Amino acid sequence: MSEIIRRDPRKEWIARNRLHPDHLSVLAELGEGTAATEWMGPNGVIRRNPHAVGFVGPNGVKRIDRSGAQQGGHAAPGAAAQAKESRRQVTIDEPAFLVAVVPDLPGGRLSSHDRDLLGLARQLADADGERPGAVLAVVFAGQEREGGAELEAVGLGDAGVDRLIALDGDAFDGYAPEARLAALSAVEDAFAPRHWLLPDSKLGGADLGRRLAARLRERPATSVWQIEPDETAALGWRCTGRGAAGTSDIQRALPRVVLALAECAEPVAETRHAAQALALAQPLPPLLARIEDLGPVAVDPAGVALSEAEFILSAGNGVKDWEGFHHAAEVLGATEGASRVAVDDGFMPRDRQVGATGTWVTARVYLAVGISGAIQHLQGIQSCDKVVAINLDPGCDMIKRADLAVIGDAASILAALVEKVQRQREEKRDAA
Amino acid sequence: MRPEVDEVKKPKQSALEVAVLVSVGRHPVTGRARRADQDARGVELALTLDEARVTLLHAGALDEQSEGALRGYLGMGLPALTLIEQPQGADVLDALAGTLGDARPQLVIAGERAEQGEGSGMLPYLLAERLGWPLVGGLAAVEKVEDGVATLLQALPRGQRRRLQVRLPAIVTVDAAASAARQSAFGPARRGAIETEAAAMTWDEAMPEWKVSPARKRPKRLKIVKATSARERFKAAAAKAEGGGGQVLTDATPEQGAEAIFKLLKEEGVLR
Repeated sequence: MSEIIRRDPRKEWIARNRLHPDHLSVLAELGEGTAATEWMGPNGVIRRNPHAVGFVGPNGVKRIDRSGAQQGGHAAPGAAAQAKESRRQVTIDEPAFLVAVVPDLPGGRLSSHDRDLLGLARQLADADGERPGAVLAVVFAGQEREGGAELEAVGLGDAGVDRLIALDGDAFDGYAPEARLAALSAVEDAFAPRHWLLPDSKLGGADLGRRLAARLRERPATSVWQIEPDETAALGWRCTGRGAAGTSDIQRALPRVVLALAECAEPVAETRHAAQALALAQPLPPLLARIEDLGPVAVDPAGVALSEAEFILSAGNGVKDWEGFHHAAEVLGATEGASRVAVDDGFMPRDRQVGATGTWVTARVYLAVGISGAIQHLQGIQSCDKVVAINLDPGCDMIKRADLAVIGDAASILAALVEKVQRQREEKRDAA
Repeated sequence: MRPEVDEVKKPKQSALEVAVLVSVGRHPVTGRARRADQDARGVELALTLDEARVTLLHAGALDEQSEGALRGYLGMGLPALTLIEQPQGADVLDALAGTLGDARPQLVIAGERAEQGEGSGMLPYLLAERLGWPLVGGLAAVEKVEDGVATLLQALPRGQRRRLQVRLPAIVTVDAAASAARQSAFGPARRGAIETEAAAMTWDEAMPEWKVSPARKRPKRLKIVKATSARERFKAAAAKAEGGGGQVLTDATPEQGAEAIFKLLKEEGVLR
């Protein structure tokens, strides 16, 4: 390559024309977006070059856009990184006290309820700026970690955890309230946290928290949704919780064991914490379990209410092979749903309709087959975790919403999927 | 008349002693006393058990309102109900634990939470801790009871079920997934006997210190926008709800597409 600088008039023109589709990439290539406008002078004074600010507009007039949009092409990855770094790192070396939290981690992930609870724990821990407490999360690592998410990837530090006790072992798998309770008692003996916070969620923290409270002989506050500082109370806080099947509010001094509802506090957003691992000094004593978990029972997916189904296979106008669709739902073990068009055309019953005019669903996986995604339908699937779309039209709204979209013929893709699942099951059966 | 026919058929030497803890419920709209929904489901569960001798147990005060509610349980086809007399504002734990400890039923069924008072749902847990019995929560059905071991069906969220085995004696709580309670018949409800029992009494000392008010509507969570520039604020205000960052497979063969979907389903753990 020669040293001669060659000008590319076309690129210069694109660089001037900020409406050109390649504007940002060309800017980046020419290095104009990175022109230094501010630097530290030799005497420690910030120097500015006012001429380097802005860009030359399409008519040759200099424009200054103070919104920062013009650095978009460059700044996009940088801005994301900056947003991440903008979290303040907080390390608490010598905590004055501990706030123990037992998150549910359904499916091995922090739920929004868990995050809210950790936010509440931070409120309690950080109330006194001079003598901050530390949030101690007790996590049962065996918790249905099929997704393969590792503990670090769960983002406990970002959620506000200073100390972490990960309890591993087969004993905690499935429904093992006795083993978990024994572990929590061991944590209580070893660390004596000032507060115990658990989510008041069905079969998660609600069950375990009540057992813990009974074991610790503490009277817990249940269904707590608000806490306020209160000098007169023993622990310095007052809480409000629901009572009498949600028809009354009970205001009382904050006890040691608290079972809190979702949205009890804002989740941690501005700080990042260490999530430093702790271990129990003594191994847990062996325990004779009186409750034995025989595993999940196969439930007829068609009998599950659409609004609480976990896995929905939903059909729309693009489905032509209805036999194949029903067969796929049966093989995959999915609950069937439908868009309004499919229902209006008489292919599916009315109670299977998903969307604003039908059922609002909360599935973990929503597999939309041949649904282009009318806004009413997208409203209905707002709270679904993962949306998979199979569609012929790559530009439709459902594809934009989907976490995974496959463009192609619905019938053949479903058939291939069914075959794959069946083959997998047979292999498993042969192996067993 | 059907419930009474059942009563005659039942053998006297039935093996399984079942005690159902019942409470006085509160109608969510009218606020009147009624049978508590979950407790009634518990009674229903007990009545569907084979060869079980069911006793109903209630600790509380007997007045006009609560008597109507308690007779609602008798109307489901039971001849009598044991009432442990406790005044309003008493801690019924000691009385119940004492009675259950003496009677030693094999299975104790309770609802999850009371519809009146604190409604913390602690009572079954405290009883289990006091008596040293195992506790299983959120039951949908009792499948069978054999040789002192009960096979239970627990209701999980999202309509799923889990099978558990527990050694008796045990305490179980019933939730809304259990089959709905049968209707209460007026005649048997009138004829049923409420047998009162005296028991030692302890006051609940913490509760009078609390401030109890009708439930306030919880404030709706606001979307907090942390924007540093006008552009970001505008973008946040005008943003369309979009998933974003989704993976799109174009020009994939059906097999490749199916493979990708299969991987996602496996990761989410929805395939069984």
